[in-house]
Amino acid sequence: MTTAASTRPRGARPGWFARARGRVGVHAVLAILMIVWLLPTVGLLVNSFRQPAAVSASGWWEGLTPPYDLTLENYAHVLARNGIADAFINSLFITIPATVIPILVAAFAAYAFSWMEFRGRNLLFVVVVGLLVVPLQTTLIPILRLFASLGINGQFLAVWLAHTGYGLPFAIYLLRNYMGGLPREVFESAAIDGASPVTSFFRLALPMSVPVIAALAIFQFLFVWNDLLVSLIYIGAANPDNLPLTVNLANLVNSLGGGWQALGAAAFLSMALPLVVFFSLQRFFVRGIVGGSVKG
Amino acid sequence: MTRARYLAPLMALGLVLAACTSASPSASPGTSSGPSASAGPSTGEDDLTGQSVTVIGTWGDAEEEAFLAMVKPWEDATGATVKYTGTRDINTILTTGVASGVLPDLAGLPGPGQMAEYAAAGALKPLDDVLDIATYESETASGLVSLGQADGSTFGVFIKASVKGLIWFNPGLYDYTDNAPATWDDLLTQGAANQGSAQALWCLGIESGAASGWPATDWIEQIVLHQAGPDVYNQWWAGDLAWDSPEIRGAFEVYMNDVVGKSFGGGTNAVATSFLTAGDPLFTSPQGCEFFHQASFITGLGDFPNRTAGTDYNAFPFPSINAAYANAVEGAGDLFGMFHDTPAAKSLMRYLVTADAQNIWVRIGGALSANKNASDYPDDISSTMGSMVANAEMLVFDASDQMPAAMNEAFWSTMVSLTNGSITIDKALSDLDAVAADAYGS
Amino acid sequence: MDDRLITAIVVVVGVPGVLVGYIWGTEQVLRLFGGRMQPRIRPWLWLLPALGFLGVFLVYPTIGTILRSLQDKAGTEFVGLANYAWFFSNDNALSALKNNVLWVVFLTVFTVGIGLLISVLVDRVRYESVAKSVIFVPLAVSMVAAGVIWKFMYEYRPPGEVQIGTLNAALGAVGSGPVAFLQAQDFSMNTFALIAVMTWMWTGFAMVIISAALKAINPELLEAARMDGANEWQVFRGIIFPLLVPTLAVVSTTIVITALKAFDVVYTMTSGNLETDVIANLMIKQMFSFGDFGRASAIAVVLLLAIVPIMLFNIRQFRSQEAVR
Repeated sequence: MTTAASTRPRGARPGWFARARGRVGVHAVLAILMIVWLLPTVGLLVNSFRQPAAVSASGWWEGLTPPYDLTLENYAHVLARNGIADAFINSLFITIPATVIPILVAAFAAYAFSWMEFRGRNLLFVVVVGLLVVPLQTTLIPILRLFASLGINGQFLAVWLAHTGYGLPFAIYLLRNYMGGLPREVFESAAIDGASPVTSFFRLALPMSVPVIAALAIFQFLFVWNDLLVSLIYIGAANPDNLPLTVNLANLVNSLGGGWQALGAAAFLSMALPLVVFFSLQRFFVRGIVGGSVKG
Repeated sequence: MTRARYLAPLMALGLVLAACTSASPSASPGTSSGPSASAGPSTGEDDLTGQSVTVIGTWGDAEEEAFLAMVKPWEDATGATVKYTGTRDINTILTTGVASGVLPDLAGLPGPGQMAEYAAAGALKPLDDVLDIATYESETASGLVSLGQADGSTFGVFIKASVKGLIWFNPGLYDYTDNAPATWDDLLTQGAANQGSAQALWCLGIESGAASGWPATDWIEQIVLHQAGPDVYNQWWAGDLAWDSPEIRGAFEVYMNDVVGKSFGGGTNAVATSFLTAGDPLFTSPQGCEFFHQASFITGLGDFPNRTAGTDYNAFPFPSINAAYANAVEGAGDLFGMFHDTPAAKSLMRYLVTADAQNIWVRIGGALSANKNASDYPDDISSTMGSMVANAEMLVFDASDQMPAAMNEAFWSTMVSLTNGSITIDKALSDLDAVAADAYGS
Repeated sequence: MDDRLITAIVVVVGVPGVLVGYIWGTEQVLRLFGGRMQPRIRPWLWLLPALGFLGVFLVYPTIGTILRSLQDKAGTEFVGLANYAWFFSNDNALSALKNNVLWVVFLTVFTVGIGLLISVLVDRVRYESVAKSVIFVPLAVSMVAAGVIWKFMYEYRPPGEVQIGTLNAALGAVGSGPVAFLQAQDFSMNTFALIAVMTWMWTGFAMVIISAALKAINPELLEAARMDGANEWQVFRGIIFPLLVPTLAVVSTTIVITALKAFDVVYTMTSGNLETDVIANLMIKQMFSFGDFGRASAIAVVLLLAIVPIMLFNIRQFRSQEAVR
């Protein structure tokens, strides 16, 4: 069960979609979609290298023609903020466990939902998925009270636990859908060979679910990395030293909303790590990771 | 339309008063850990080494730096540290915090209404025994003192202030510095006569993210204040005057006819334009507009910081509509309160209201002091504005900010619809009356 | 920095260790029970951590929300269904409900539709990872940054002035006047402008999940169909699509719920003005601006009830998935 060595899509094989006319259509549709999706971000990227005054005076494309008048000032301004290095490390300390814990906990639950028999299974599962709709803002006060009574508000642990709770419904839903689609024979034959459920889980279910776990890891990482509210509430008042990057960068803007031009540079600096995570996990998205063993 | 009847040429006099008395050594021979009220830095000489004070406020960017500069002398003198978190989600933090008991030591407060609620809930600590109230009251503009009170106790103080209702202009087009229009009609006639190449009379921009519409509510407030006076103004925000009363309707009509109708790009543009950059057309060539109405803090926003006070821009006070109310001034400020009465928090609170402390931010710029003795303003315009707050005969606070939050929000939102041309004045006023019936009840 | 080091070790080693240790420990515990009891107890041990988290962080606060929705603003008196009566008789709330219908329908159709289209198409080109990255990037953008990005897209200047917004500059280039996208109320254009922002952000989400499911389809099945003379449309319609249905159900359900809860785009870009408000934004305002937890809780409960039909659909969906595997 190793990673596919090549990312060469099957589409490149002869026999696939051979007609040239169709190919042109595919490329055209993809090109249009890519341009539409890229354009807004490119606008921000260009503007992040322009003088704040220029940004509100002329369109971003003016930065692409002479006189370019580009500057690194915005990036320098962001990087010069007080405590930004600490905030970055805090973000890592918050995000990594808040990604790992819900995925593991959800994997246990998804495995039970998929491959163990018990009464009320479907109903319980639907209730879990239904919890997706709970607005996390409604949980802030009771949970903050709870953390305060346990004395853990202000600590990373509080945020890990909270993000796990908030992330679980989706994680369980997605994993259960994927694990539930794995072929029954694999698990049955393992059981006949005497494998315990723990063995089946770690040797079969988890490895076969790698693509979806990679997807989940990306989403959870992104949500936690970009989260401001949860950290602000559960850490904020008690221990500002533990606050993440988002809280620090949000304060580039003053109380009246001025200074927003620096947010572009901040956005690219803060996006860098999640994008690295995406690119490095993307290799798990290729065909063949489950060895074609998933029943069609 | 009642506005044209009362002409008052006296106007500006009452506003541009000399302010500053000498810089007093200030502050509080407090009750507990008595810092000396004598000479020397008034940073309070308590020994608080190793202690810290958590502070949450909305100040970001340069404001954050100014605040940190302001508390630095106190940190040096006491050995304590200030842990400041700036966030514009302060409503969420404080609402959640008051309900769950997890709060910072000190915090900026959203407004007098919320302050009273937090005080009633027992979360906010009274400052009567923390500050030397007599000194505080004598040093602070009286309107600001009463805004910080609830149930007879002081819960909130102002550590900086701003003045609203200033009309900004570019002296390059026509210099109003020494002959500011005294009345609203003067302003309209002189403005038309001197408009020159400017494309419109007014610059108007009311977009402000989740608070969009507030610059338009400021307009209405100024018109009500100068047309109907402080008493009507105060009845209005307190919910004792219907929106569809002649006084308020009159203000809406002035706003729609004389402001939106004469604005650069019209109502659609006003709604689309951020108030931050709305004044920038003052500096374009040709100018987009001749006048721009905004509070004192605009000098730190948009294109203003790139321009020179006095030569590129200047301001005159809102002209009188009814002569009787020529001296009325609308102020605003950042309320500040205490949730935990630790020795360090109390010491910092005592320090923040002093002239020495407030002068630090004043010198940096972008703020007016709440303490009358803090007057180290960097330029004449700031100095004049500072004295408007300090010496106002009739000082009122931002009306919409004193309304119940639901009313305030509806006011903002209705002004967006009205300015955009989506609804009529009739509809706006009846909608607001409907909201008022609900908002003031609870 | 010692604290940091300890934290780092906890983060990297301790946390996964504890969780894996737990599951391993359950098997040891199960040995104490008889062979017949084991299969009955085991699922609950595997579910226990998840149910614990969900119980504490979501179920317990939600019970509080339901009770609170029956109380007044201050939480001192029970007011029956008054908060619900307020909600369903309030013009703003009804306008927000109408907008939420648009959000649910169009956000779901756009994100899932485009996500599916891209997943299927990129499967056949060499630049697959580049194309997917491009669509994915907006998901990595924080809401604050997205607000700034789309401000540059929708920016409006009066006719005759230089347009600095991307879309209005483009309109100008083809000779049309500027449009104030976030203010135009005809055909709810401003709401669609907001849905477009959310579509831009969430299509990458749909694409990643759909694409992962697509990769899990056994290629031999497709080859066999092609050998039998099926054209690409028939392969998609007859084989790929039916196999993707469970995944599409998951993605659609998630996006529908996201659309119901959507508020930050609205909050950031229009604040709900000019009839763009949505119910989640109303809830946030009631809660944090007005401090009316009674009404805010009632809105949250309305959200909760709104998904009941979707959950019933999901139950059917699981049953049919289990029947075929």
